[in-house]
Amino acid sequence: MGTYEGLQGIWVLCGVRDGQIDRVSRELLGEAERLGAVEGMKTTAVVLGREIPQIRGADHALVVQDDSLSVPEELRWTHELYHLVRRYRPQVLLLGANGFGRSLAPRLAARLGTGLTADCTALDMRDGLLVQTRPAFGGNLMADILCPDARPQMATVRPRVFRAPDWEAARPCEILREPPAGPDTLSRLVEITGFTPSGQDAAIGEADILVAVGQGIGSKENIAMAEKLAELMGGALAASRPLVDGGLVPYAHQVGQTGRTVAPRLYIACGISGAIQHLAGVAAEKVVAVNIDPDAPIMERANWAILGDCGAFLREMVDLYTTSPPSVLPDRHSK
Amino acid sequence: MRIYACVKQVPANNETRLDPVTGTLIREGSPGVLNPLDAYAVEQALRLKEQYGGEVSALSMGVPGVRDMLRRVVALGVDRGILLTDRAFAGSDTLATARVLAAAVNKCGMPDLVLCGRVASDGDTAQVGPMLAECLGIPHVSDVACIEEIARGEARVRRLGDRGYHSLRVRLPALFTVLKEICVPRLPSITGVLRGEKAAIAVWGRADLGSLEGGVGLKGSNTRVLRSHRPDLRVKTRAVAGARDLMDILREENLIAEDRVRGDI
Ligand SMILES: Cc1cc2nc3c(=O)[nH]c(=O)nc-3n(C[C@H](O)[C@H](O)[C@H](O)COP(=O)(O)OP(=O)(O)OC[C@H]3O[C@@H](n4cnc5c(N)ncnc54)[C@H](O)[C@@H]3O)c2cc1C
Ligand SMILES: Nc1ncnc2c1ncn2[C@@H]1O[C@H](COP(=O)(O)O)[C@@H](O)[C@H]1O
Repeated sequence: MGTYEGLQGIWVLCGVRDGQIDRVSRELLGEAERLGAVEGMKTTAVVLGREIPQIRGADHALVVQDDSLSVPEELRWTHELYHLVRRYRPQVLLLGANGFGRSLAPRLAARLGTGLTADCTALDMRDGLLVQTRPAFGGNLMADILCPDARPQMATVRPRVFRAPDWEAARPCEILREPPAGPDTLSRLVEITGFTPSGQDAAIGEADILVAVGQGIGSKENIAMAEKLAELMGGALAASRPLVDGGLVPYAHQVGQTGRTVAPRLYIACGISGAIQHLAGVAAEKVVAVNIDPDAPIMERANWAILGDCGAFLREMVDLYTTSPPSVLPDRHSK
Repeated sequence: MRIYACVKQVPANNETRLDPVTGTLIREGSPGVLNPLDAYAVEQALRLKEQYGGEVSALSMGVPGVRDMLRRVVALGVDRGILLTDRAFAGSDTLATARVLAAAVNKCGMPDLVLCGRVASDGDTAQVGPMLAECLGIPHVSDVACIEEIARGEARVRRLGDRGYHSLRVRLPALFTVLKEICVPRLPSITGVLRGEKAAIAVWGRADLGSLEGGVGLKGSNTRVLRSHRPDLRVKTRAVAGARDLMDILREENLIAEDRVRGDI
């Protein structure tokens, strides 16, 4: 395909947020570059939307700009991506494993008739094949998965698994514009009519720090205290299932098998026993456990264990936070 | 209104054991249960039936023993259970599974609504729902938190997105994957249990489903498990006296957040 040969390598579907390529997409572009270097494959950032931000960190950018693409919607996106993939035939297509990516990717993979691996926590290239590592059975098992024959090899990857390259230093890419693929009957069947933000604090999938509360929290005041600490630390409030079932914390905050999987840098578990269904959702870099029971399972999964009452701990933390100015949080990988 | 609820049998717990020789998963010994999130799909289907009338079918692909699980689902008030079982289905990945489910749906005629759980607790992929919708050629909405109304061939739903709730209007037929938030599942009644015990569960194999374009089972699956292993989840735990010491550690470890200086917020 002449000058378009470079487009047959590794693609990253890039999300846009606040006028920028979003964080998980930047992380994936960094990883794509590393994978591409192994096999001498070029990387392509794929961006769809009404407004296209500056794109860096890939060899090429494939851009579809259209008014009809102002709001991400799975069926509309599937239609466009299907045509792009059919036209250029990439080897690999990576997407962020956020709610949108996890809904779009299976739809697209089914239309393309190719394999898809969800929620990868590691990627590698071996003999031209993408080795996709993902947890199953609530994190009790890791599996390496291949898609030997069908193309593209598709994977969604959890946020924060990879390091985003230095965006300023990243090279700008050669932009190729594509017209929209034309009318799509299916996406006309769905109309987004409204949006209610769940509040800054509910974005538990994106927070660097989570202060999580469980049945040992003791009182509503202590939950408020945990929320306050989360706010002070620039993080968010999370909860175990009993508190959500009890109506004390909204569902959007629930971590675990029937809630969300979170991967913050720091997870502070206050009065949480660490049941397997809860830990299934905790993919944190570091865990602090505060518990009155030295034998609570969470204590074994914690990097730092504090034996004691979590109400008192939270009060003390909030005190310390309001009296001694802490330093700046650097990027997670730049330690 | 005709509704299909897709239900999967999963191991009762996730404490996996690996065969030390082959490295494959030992499934025996772990009793099978209804995937926890599928209970919400079933409950939502029953509530819609109560509200709008109609019929609910539960659809499952699995080993012959899944028949008992389907009986327990019928006990909740579902009208019929359909089990899709065949050696040819073994080893299906998510897309191959979706193909089998789609063929079964098509065999009965397109319903108004297909409901799936958000995710199965064993495979943990959340892929089968959207893939099934694609195989059926109908729209899907993932992570539905509330079905507000169904009228004039259209559903109004609320879904939990990455940063909040979206309101959507979707033409039926459609497929929704549902969150735990959507409802509280009921317990079976005594009469329900008796009904379930006597219920005839339809059992269909490969030959009952007609053409399964794209293939099923291991042969029809594009993905292959290269190897699996148990991750070492142990960490070195250090006892910390209290908040003050923890703050020192967090500072040392660069885990303290952004310019959060006192009184700034
Ligand atoms: C199918 C299924 C799905 C599930 N999904 C989820 C899920 O998604 N998320 C989830 O969280 N759970 C889930 N659960 C529930 C899970 O099994 C546990 O029941 C739940 O996680 C326990 O919550 P907890 O740790 O807050 O409460 P508990 O287990 O009651 O633990 C409370 C802890 O607080 C400690 N404590 C008590 N007082 C204090 C104090 N003053 N100071 C400090 N510590 C104190 C106790 O020692 C104890 O360790 C699920 C269960 C099932 C069966
Ligand atoms: N074998 C199956 N039989 C019936 N429904 C299934 C099967 N596998 C998955 N599903 C449905 O798809 C949902 C998501 O499953 P998964 O993609 O495996 O996480 C489940 O909650 C079920 O509703």
